[in-house]
Amino acid sequence: MKYYGLVDGTEGSLLNFLKGLPGVDQVGAEARAAMLGTRSIKTSSKKAAIDLAISMVDLTTLEGADTPGKVRALASKAVRPDPSDPTVPSVGAICVYNDMVAIARKHLDLVGGAHVPVAAVATAFPSGRASMAVKIQDTTDAMNAGAGEIDMVIDRGAFLSGRYIEVFDEIVQIRALCGDKAHLKVILETGELVTYDNVRKASFLAMLAGADFIKTSTGKVAPAATAPVVLVMLEAVRDFYQLTNHRIGVKPAGGIRNTKDAIKQLVLVNETAGPEWLTPSLFRIGASALLNDLLMQRMKMRDGYYASPTYVTID
Amino acid sequence: MSERLEVNKTYKLYIGGAFPRSESGRTYEVRDNDGQFIANACLASRKDLKDAVVAARAAQNSWANATAYNRGQILYRIAEMMEGRRDQFAKEISSADGISLEDATDEVLAAIDRWVWYAGWSDKLSVLAGSTNPVSGPYYNFTIPEPMGVVGSITPEEESLLGLVDAIAPIIVSGNTCIVLASSRAPLSAITFAEVMATSDLPHGVCNILTGKKEELAPWFASHMDINGLDISGVSEPSLISDIKTSGAQNLKRIHSFSRGQNPHRILAFMEAKTIWHPIGV
Amino acid sequence: MTPKDAFVEYAPALESRSIVTISPEYGHFINGEFTKGANHFPSINPSNEEVLSHIALGNAQDIDIAVDAARIAFESTWSKMSGKERGKYLYRIARILQERAREFAVLESLDNGKPIRESRDVDVPLAAAHFFYHAGWADKLDYAGMGNSPRPHGVAGQIIPWNFPILMLAWKIAPALAAGNTVVLKPAESTSLTALLFAQVCQQADLPAGVVNIITGDGSTGAALVDHPGIDKIAFTGSTEVGKAIARAIAPTQKKATLELGGKAANIVFEDAAIDEAVEGIVNGIFFNQGHVCCAGSRLLLQEDIADEVLAKLKVRMAKIRVGDPLDKNTDLGAINSSEQLQKIRDLSTSGDEEGAERWSPECALPNTGFWFPPTIFTGVTQAHRIAREEIFGPVLSVLTFRTPQEAIEKANNTPYGLSAGIWSEKGSRILWTAGRLQAGVIWANTFNKFDPASPFGGYKESGWGREGGRHGLTAYLKEAESNNE
Repeated sequence: MKYYGLVDGTEGSLLNFLKGLPGVDQVGAEARAAMLGTRSIKTSSKKAAIDLAISMVDLTTLEGADTPGKVRALASKAVRPDPSDPTVPSVGAICVYNDMVAIARKHLDLVGGAHVPVAAVATAFPSGRASMAVKIQDTTDAMNAGAGEIDMVIDRGAFLSGRYIEVFDEIVQIRALCGDKAHLKVILETGELVTYDNVRKASFLAMLAGADFIKTSTGKVAPAATAPVVLVMLEAVRDFYQLTNHRIGVKPAGGIRNTKDAIKQLVLVNETAGPEWLTPSLFRIGASALLNDLLMQRMKMRDGYYASPTYVTID
Repeated sequence: MSERLEVNKTYKLYIGGAFPRSESGRTYEVRDNDGQFIANACLASRKDLKDAVVAARAAQNSWANATAYNRGQILYRIAEMMEGRRDQFAKEISSADGISLEDATDEVLAAIDRWVWYAGWSDKLSVLAGSTNPVSGPYYNFTIPEPMGVVGSITPEEESLLGLVDAIAPIIVSGNTCIVLASSRAPLSAITFAEVMATSDLPHGVCNILTGKKEELAPWFASHMDINGLDISGVSEPSLISDIKTSGAQNLKRIHSFSRGQNPHRILAFMEAKTIWHPIGV
Repeated sequence: MTPKDAFVEYAPALESRSIVTISPEYGHFINGEFTKGANHFPSINPSNEEVLSHIALGNAQDIDIAVDAARIAFESTWSKMSGKERGKYLYRIARILQERAREFAVLESLDNGKPIRESRDVDVPLAAAHFFYHAGWADKLDYAGMGNSPRPHGVAGQIIPWNFPILMLAWKIAPALAAGNTVVLKPAESTSLTALLFAQVCQQADLPAGVVNIITGDGSTGAALVDHPGIDKIAFTGSTEVGKAIARAIAPTQKKATLELGGKAANIVFEDAAIDEAVEGIVNGIFFNQGHVCCAGSRLLLQEDIADEVLAKLKVRMAKIRVGDPLDKNTDLGAINSSEQLQKIRDLSTSGDEEGAERWSPECALPNTGFWFPPTIFTGVTQAHRIAREEIFGPVLSVLTFRTPQEAIEKANNTPYGLSAGIWSEKGSRILWTAGRLQAGVIWANTFNKFDPASPFGGYKESGWGREGGRHGLTAYLKEAESNNE
């Protein structure tokens, strides 16, 4: 059913739907997120959470200075995060700019990482300020190079000036390009949307337009994936499932630097959307430094003493 | 046995939580009541004042947004630190003012108790200056006192520590940040007080302390467009007061002067009153 | 087991008990010293019925000795001390409570049955804050609105309940001392341990002997305190029934009293509420502290057009409530405080079934020992049901509906109680309109169960007399200056 039968593609129908959503009380949402942050995840649960988190990491490098060498190192790390410990799972995906996709894919396949997808950021990431033609080309290039996942950005300017239908149409077009060859993550850039009401609206807008995942941030703007923002997005996917029987994934990205942060995210998922979302096909964490902290915590749980950065590889 | 040589303290300014020297490199001699040399204190320049205002402004928003409880606790912690240094303060005051150690200690204890008194006001200001107002019409109307921003404070020359407490506590307890010009005759307590603040949990920039000449710096306090209020209790020369007020009129600074004594109006003088209307209706 | 399954169940995360030392037996705390006490009765951990200690049953003679000590301390020391100095004692107490916060939280959870997360994050920090706030009043009484140099009453007799033991102690003792009174406090029979630990704090703070006295015991001990002629002012928190008995008992005397009694608060959810936050507020309103809260949002008033949606979300949310060991940091709902209270909850719930309301609880495994009740809602409730009128004081929510704001007001006010209420709406004017019409002393809009020492708390109608907290609460411990010349 087109647009899940909830909107008909016209501006009027979209506005109606979005305006009918209940508001989010900022203080209440932040209090709920903070309370969930007090959950104490220990021993066997912590061990499990660490491995779960590792398998959900979208290991990311999105720098102007990225080179083939850097991307190859990232790819190796993605497949075997700890060379000395084969029980460590590989990550959920690697995430690069579209001109690095081919190198990434080739190297992953070389080192036994055929099962690790390459996610490409697209549509004039991170700002989204370019013509539709450029955004389409950006996406096509990535797919041709072997990207199995596309992380697009929404046009925040259009959203904040109330031109929701433009934001919607862009997503629809990119989704069509992805077809069944790639899954589409839609980056809301919640730091620029500012209010939780906007985050809720943007989440539903993206899902209606065909997103497979909704993603918090580009990682280039702070604040990024704060707990209350992720809470609101998890509530949105939960409610969307009630309406449509479809599960959409969530990806927080940016600001999740250590194991404690990552586990808090998993708790949010567990107690908001539900345990069905605790799988890499429905939850990813966009991060770079996080992986080494997860590895160090894993070592501590394994060995019984605190680890040092010397014993994890840099990528 | 040979006498042990003391490691003398270097007295620097306190700006943005750090202890820099004056950017002008200038110092002046501080002597005790008998004329003996004690230390070279920094002679602050207008650029030091400028830097202090930048630090105070940067700190103001989050200090004002801290809960009143949190501010009260931090101020109480400052009192704890003061109590820990009471002998140091007493010695400094005794030598600077030429009074007995016993009298100096009395002043220090009075200063600590007065600081505690101010700290306890942080969450009670609405009792004095807040209200709901019975307007004629279906509106909920309430007035809340709010801090005004960055306030400059020129301290009196006598009773250095007590004067310093009156110059600082009432300004910052409500959420303002401040720049203090300490007594040039006896600046050392002020710098020791800066050490107290640096070892409490007071966020950097909330209070900044300059040592220097009133005549040189007061006009710059008065004309600075990013200072919202001035406590000029430490200025007694009528012509200087008049000049300050004339210059301060450029951005309508709220300028006040107070006589001795702990007084909640010293707090309210540096606050604004915001009144909000909201309709009542289903 | 997959990592997901191993994670989702949350392995036990127990707070260690070793921080607490509990004596096998306690006496009373009179004139700065612990006594031996007599007629000891057991105090148990309601989560597993383990005997924690033995508490002395105070009698009229113990009360007499304590009131004497309080009177002497008042006349010789406390009333002569400057407010500035009194304030510094209260600051010390606040700081020591902060220092020993973990110890108090663990002890409270052991004795009361409430989750450690709540005692750690709510009860103990608020108790310390109460002392901190009131410390600042001690030397500012001229600004309390009672004239220049208002005087304290003298000796205050204070009786506190078992639902927030250390917090209720702070609500009582802090303002009394700040105003210059001395106190004799009687903690609840089933929860004396944190009060007795507080006596140690008084010693550590070097509080002059006799300023605070603690007599443990049961209802008869409390009655003896109320009746003692040496008491000038009474402060009581507990049931409306006992509150009325106290009012009758002191009628022929000059004694002043404040009473914090029961409630049956309406939590009103309008159709334009922020729904997810409203659901959190409903859950917090009735399941916080196992519903052992006088101001609990125990009657949910749902606007009819969103009732189904809210109830569906509420049930999903309730299924995530973790019931279990109070010392587990992940527990949301702890034990019921006593077998008597559990029986009351069961009886009233049965009446709900019998009167035709529909009961629902999520599936949850309850421990074999101890006193437990699952989080429960009754739908199809009307004002005539006992579960809509009587205070259950447990994790049981009665759900009613309304069509118009006016109807919500009428139903909300249709009770002899008047302690608190909740309003959920995104429309400011509607919130203010509703708040203006509710007969309740504490109204929470888009939030619930928020407390602060600066915020006056107390009820209309049969929910009590007077307020606690803020300037309003302080004035209860002062009398007007006799003349302006004093």
